[in-house]
Amino acid sequence: MTDALAPGRVTNWRRLHPLTPLARGWAGLAIAWVMLMEGGLRNVTQLAAVVGVLIIGAVVLSWLSWYFTRFRIADDALQLETGFLARRSRRVPLARLQAVDVRRPLVARLLGLAELRLEVAGGSSTEARLAYLSDADARRLRAELLARAAGLRVDAPDAPDAPDAPDAAGAPEAPEQIVVEVPPLALLASILLRGGTIVALLVALAVVAGSIGFDQFGVVAGALPFFFYLGSATVGAFIREFGFTIAMSPDGLRLRRGLLETRAQTVPPGRVQAVSIVQPFLWRLKDWVRVDVAVAGYAKGESEAARSSATLLPVAPRAVAMHVVGLALAGADPDAAPLRPAPRRARWRAPFQWRYLGVGADEALFVTRYGWLTRTLAAVPHARTQSVRVTQGPWQRRLALATVHVDVTPGPVQADALHRDAVEAREIAEAQVERARAARGQDRSERWMALPPR
Amino acid sequence: MSENVSLEQAFAPPGEDWVRPSRRLLTQRRLVLGIWCAVLGLLAMALLLGLGFGWLALVPPAVASAAFAWGWFLLERNFRSWGYAERADDLLVTHGVIVRRLTVVPYGRMQFVDVSAGPLDRLFSIAKVQLHTASAATDAAIPGLPPDEAARLRDRLAALGEAKSAGL
Repeated sequence: MTDALAPGRVTNWRRLHPLTPLARGWAGLAIAWVMLMEGGLRNVTQLAAVVGVLIIGAVVLSWLSWYFTRFRIADDALQLETGFLARRSRRVPLARLQAVDVRRPLVARLLGLAELRLEVAGGSSTEARLAYLSDADARRLRAELLARAAGLRVDAPDAPDAPDAPDAAGAPEAPEQIVVEVPPLALLASILLRGGTIVALLVALAVVAGSIGFDQFGVVAGALPFFFYLGSATVGAFIREFGFTIAMSPDGLRLRRGLLETRAQTVPPGRVQAVSIVQPFLWRLKDWVRVDVAVAGYAKGESEAARSSATLLPVAPRAVAMHVVGLALAGADPDAAPLRPAPRRARWRAPFQWRYLGVGADEALFVTRYGWLTRTLAAVPHARTQSVRVTQGPWQRRLALATVHVDVTPGPVQADALHRDAVEAREIAEAQVERARAARGQDRSERWMALPPR
Repeated sequence: MSENVSLEQAFAPPGEDWVRPSRRLLTQRRLVLGIWCAVLGLLAMALLLGLGFGWLALVPPAVASAAFAWGWFLLERNFRSWGYAERADDLLVTHGVIVRRLTVVPYGRMQFVDVSAGPLDRLFSIAKVQLHTASAATDAAIPGLPPDEAARLRDRLAALGEAKSAGL
């Protein structure tokens, strides 16, 4: 019933998918298995007994957890109740929703299940995880949550995409259009051409060659953890980013990736806080770049996976990347802003990168460029400026230089205008504060769908 | 000294002058420094005496006294570097001697404001005001404010933040 989902109305409590205990208990079993292997049990009976108890325990606990978990959408917020010993009720206001991810770990994928993650700014972890829903339910719920977060009234007759055939979820899934697909070979090449990979490979080669040369094979065994790390870093990156696709939908950019575990992120245009276009040294051969975004709520923690979800595009030719950046920034083009170089005396402070340094702004973006081996172009929409800082170290002080930092939400994007003339730095800072103030006054992108169509 | 002129310009106050923290902050920091120097110096001296080093045991107190004198001077410089200014739309905070910093925080970007005062702060009746935005990098804390001023600033910032709030 469509009207049962009208904003302000309350829907019935819903449960997660009944297969959830199986999909979750499996993880528990895996942990139990590892513990058993570590423990080294003596005989088969003992093993069977322990495994049996663990299986029953895991299944009972998962089932209880499933039984006591329920959620609903009420008053433009998602309510989630969990826990059977300590009850916890959480209310996530949808107006504050930053992004919605659909994650499908391998086991869940085999069972046709998916996890929905709601990201809200602040906090130290994902605010609300709905694990697991059926695939179709997860999609429907995502569409509905995003539509509400966008300020779209689900029951409004003039809604941009009014449901043709209203189903239980009210909001139809926004139609999408594929923009970029990263071919596996290009992904592989890009990973191999990263500085870190090459250094690691060289070290590995040296270790192997050395151990053969000196007949010390123990060294190879000793270096195993290192090889393991190397493998997980490169193969892991490949598995994570495999089949990377960007599609444009009215909800925002939809990012899909993953070989074993698949993830689908939706980054609404009004939620992109900043963008950086990064080019590791060897990627210059092909003029490939990577695009990172700052989205409030993402990139909590330093883990590889957290950094990965802040990647808008793992690798692409520059022209393609700039097109995607344009989509993410609602048409603004970081290349449009004229950049002013750093003063010549900056070479005493940054002998290698000073030629590349630059900063500029146009009516939409603050743009800065820096880096020596790895070159970065960072762009911040004026309205997304959180605060502006000017800093000056002792060496900069002697050269009358200073650095301007435009602070954005935590994430991989650093928008720093390095080594400007000190007076100019203060001027840049004041001008940016002023532009940010003006832009905030007009900004309506928080509720991006409530905008009249442009 | 054209360089010095430009330095002053880069970190100059927006109006007449910065509002400075209370001098009680300086007294408190000097007291803490004094206590540490005295405790460490005397402990080391006692240890050396116990081990029978004779006159060498006078070295730690001498070093501690020198450290205290040097710290006395450094704390003064650091204290003088602190300042803040309220403008119509934003708050400016500056501090730092070796690395100088100037932070501009628009009121509309403030997520929340903390006022904190530890036991030692309360003894000297000072408080610290810290501003938080959605960026972790925002570096805007003002220590050593008299409690009245801290409360006034907090309420004013909260009210302005509310009035000019602009989501994220």
